Amino acid sequence: MIRRAKDIDELTPWREMTLGGEIYEPATSQYVNTGAWRTNTPVLDTEKCRHCLLCVPFCPDSSLPVKDGRLVGIDYYHCKGCGICAEVCPFGALSVKEGGEP
Amino acid sequence: MERTYHFKHTLEKKERFAPGHRLCAGCGAGIAVRGVLRALKEEDRAVVGNATGCLEVSSFLYPYTAYEDSYIHTAFESAGASLSGVEAAYNALKRKGKVEGTVKFITFGGDGGTYDIGFQSLSGAMERGHDLTYVCYDNEAYMNTGIQRSSSTPRFASATTSPVGTAVPGKGQNKKNLTDIIAAHNVPYVAQTTFIGNFRDLYTKAKKAIYTPGPSFLNVMAPCPRGWEYPTEKLPEICRLAVETCVWPLFEVENGIWRLSYAPKKKLPVEDYLKMQGRFRHMFKPGNEWMIEAVQQSVDENWDKLLNRCNTNL
Amino acid sequence: MNYNERLSGNEAIAFAMKQIDPDVMAAFPITPSTEIPQYFAQYVADGEVNTEFVPVESEHSSMSACIGAEAAGARAVTATSSCGLALMYEMMYVAASSRLPITLACVNRALTGPININNDHSDSMGIRDAGWIQIYAENNQEAYDNFLQAMPIGEHPDVRLPVMICQDGFITSHALENITLLDTDSVKAFVGEYTPENYLLKKENPLAIGPYDLGCHYMEHKVQQAEAMKNAKARILEVAAEFEKVTGRKYGLFEAYQMEDADLALVLIGSSAGTAKAAVDRLRKEGVRAGLIKLRVFRPFPAEELAEALRHVKALAILDKAESFSAHGGPLFSEVRAALYDLEPRPRTVGYVYGLGGRDVTPDHFRSVYDRLARIAAGGDLGPVYTHMGQRE
Repeated sequence: MIRRAKDIDELTPWREMTLGGEIYEPATSQYVNTGAWRTNTPVLDTEKCRHCLLCVPFCPDSSLPVKDGRLVGIDYYHCKGCGICAEVCPFGALSVKEGGEP
Repeated sequence: MERTYHFKHTLEKKERFAPGHRLCAGCGAGIAVRGVLRALKEEDRAVVGNATGCLEVSSFLYPYTAYEDSYIHTAFESAGASLSGVEAAYNALKRKGKVEGTVKFITFGGDGGTYDIGFQSLSGAMERGHDLTYVCYDNEAYMNTGIQRSSSTPRFASATTSPVGTAVPGKGQNKKNLTDIIAAHNVPYVAQTTFIGNFRDLYTKAKKAIYTPGPSFLNVMAPCPRGWEYPTEKLPEICRLAVETCVWPLFEVENGIWRLSYAPKKKLPVEDYLKMQGRFRHMFKPGNEWMIEAVQQSVDENWDKLLNRCNTNL
Repeated sequence: MNYNERLSGNEAIAFAMKQIDPDVMAAFPITPSTEIPQYFAQYVADGEVNTEFVPVESEHSSMSACIGAEAAGARAVTATSSCGLALMYEMMYVAASSRLPITLACVNRALTGPININNDHSDSMGIRDAGWIQIYAENNQEAYDNFLQAMPIGEHPDVRLPVMICQDGFITSHALENITLLDTDSVKAFVGEYTPENYLLKKENPLAIGPYDLGCHYMEHKVQQAEAMKNAKARILEVAAEFEKVTGRKYGLFEAYQMEDADLALVLIGSSAGTAKAAVDRLRKEGVRAGLIKLRVFRPFPAEELAEALRHVKALAILDKAESFSAHGGPLFSEVRAALYDLEPRPRTVGYVYGLGGRDVTPDHFRSVYDRLARIAAGGDLGPVYTHMGQRE
C-alpha cells in the first residue's frame, strides 16, 4: 500500500514509497516544520499593523497569511526568522526578537 | 489583461508556493517564485519546471513538494528543453481533447542553469517558439554548490572559483548580459525585474510573460544573503540600491520595442550598492579605488546604451 | 492484416512511428539514424500524423523534451545513434528512474574516438546500466516488429520503463529488405492508448517528478526500478505472445537456431547472426552439430533462460560487437559467462570482440570460430579467453 506523502519518512519500506520519487499531492512541504530553524523571531504588533500588506510578498516562506485583505498573523510553524518583513514594514508593526520561540 | 495593479487583490489569490521548503532564511529565489506564480490566473493550472540548483533541491525534497501545481525537474542544463517537451505534449493532447482547461508553462533556473550550463537548451526553447515562460532567479553565482562564479557574477565579486587573493581581485570578466541575448532571439516578451515596493514591476512583467503567446524570458535579480554577504534582512535595501544605482535596470522588450520601466530621479553611485555586500569588500581597500571606478564606468556605459535603445523607440 | 512492402530499416521504424502516431517526437540528426526524423518530419509536413515534432538543438535536449512530454501524459519517441546516445547519457538515467516509458530507436553506430559512422554496439552497450529495456534486431522485419511491441512493454504499470529498439547502422538501417507490415488500424489496436494514472497535465491532482532524494530514500527508489526491470521479462513475453496472435510472427527473449542438439554454439547480437546462420547451415551439411543463439533482449538480461538453452553445449563462443575494455572480454561475454556459472557441467567458453567500427564479418570468420570450438570440445586447450577477430595483425 503506497503511503501518502506525510506518512513517508526515512523508515518507510520501498514497497510503500511512491514510484520513482513521484508525488501526487500538492504542497506537501507544508508538513515540514521549518519554524524550528529560527534563531530570531518576528513579532507582529496588531495595534500598529495597518494591513498595507507590503511585507507579504517579501516573505520567501509564504508565512504571512492574508485573509480578506488583512494580515492575519505569522505562520510560526514555517517562519524561518529572516527578518525581511520587519525591515520592510513602514509602520514598525513588525519587530524581531532574539530566540526561536514565537 | 489587468490595466491597473490592485496590489491587495493579488494577495487574495491562493498561494502557489507553499512554506516548508528548505531554502535559506531570506532567500531571494523564494521571493521570486512566489512573485511570478502569483501572476497566474486562479482558474489556470501550471506546470512548473526547475533546473537543478538551490530552488530545485529545496522545493522538492522527497516527499515534500512546495508547489500547488504540477512540477518537473530533470537535470541542470535541461530546464528549457524539458518544459518544451511538456508544452509540445500539451498541444498534441489538447488537439485530441485529452486536456481540460488552460495550463501555463513556467520554468525556473538559477543563473548557473540559465546563463551557463542551461544556455543552449534555453536558446533552443526560445528559438522554437514554444508558449512558455523561462524565469531566471539570478543570484549571480553557482550558489547551491557553494558560491562558485558564473558568467552572471559581477566583475570583482569574490566567489570560490574567482576568489580575492593577493594576485587576483575576484572575478575578472564583466557580467554577461543575458537579457540582451534573449531579446536578440526576437521572442515576444523579455524583461528584467526585481523586488521593489509593492511588487508592481515583478507582477505586471510576470503576468505579461506568462500570458503573451510564445516564448518569454524574465530575469529576476534574487539576492543571496549567504553568497553576497549581507545581513539577511537587508534584501529589500539591496534590491532598491541595485535599481537606484542602475546596476540592475528595470526594463522590458515587447515585440522588439525596448521600454524602460524605471529611471531613478537621482542616480546613486555604485559604491552605495557595493558597500553593503561582503563579496565586494576588498574593493574598498585603499589602492583599489580603480575597481570601483571601473564598475561605475561599466554601469554608466550599459545604462546609456539602454537609454538609447529605449529612447529610439519613442 | 499483414501486407508486404520493401523498406529500409530506417524507413520501417519511421513508418512504425507513423502508424502509432505518437504525441511528441523530439529528435536531433546523427548518422545513421538521421533518416528517421527526416521521414517523420515529412509525415508531419503532409499532415499525416498528429505528432508535435520538436526539432531540438541537441540530443541531450531531445531526451529532456521526451521526458517532459511523457511526464506530461503524452507518448514521446526519439531516434539516435552513437555520440547522440552518449550525449543523452545523463538524461537516459533520468528517463528510466522517473519511470517514463519513452521509446527510442537506436541505430547502432560506433562511439567516437576516432570518429566512425559504421555499425557496432558500443553505443547501446555503453549505456546498458541506465535502466532502459534494450531489444535488438537482426533485420528490418525485426526492427519494425520490435518497435511495435515497445510501448505495450514499457507502458505496463508493472514495468513503466523506457525501451530502446536497436538495429545495426547501415547494415539494416539503410538496406532495403522485403518485409511484412501490419495494417495501421491493427497497429493502433495493438499499442492501444497511453493512459498513465498520474501526469503533469492531469486536472484532478498535480504530479511532481524529479525530486531530490536524501540518502534515506534513493536506494528504495532504485530497488523499485530493479523490480520493474525484473517484471519486464514476463511482460516482454506476454506482449510477444499477443503479437504472434495478431501477426503470426513469433518472438522471445532470444532466437535459438539449430540449438536442440548443438555441441558447439555462438551467442551474438544483431545482423551478424544472419551471417553466422549461413556458417551454421554449411557446418550442419558437413555433419557438425553447430548452433547459435541470437540474443534479442539484452536488458533485462535473460540469464536463466540462456543457461537452460546452453546447458548441453560443449564449447561456446560469445561474440561482442563492442569493447568494454575490461581487458577480459566484451559486455555480452561477461554477462553470458556469469549466467552459465552455476551450471554443472558448464560449457567451456571463450569470447571474441569483432566488427568494431563496421569491420566486416564473414561466414569464414564464423567457421574459424566453430573450428576452434570443435578443438576445445574435443578436449583441447581453451586458449586465450579474450581475443579480437577481424583486425589486421
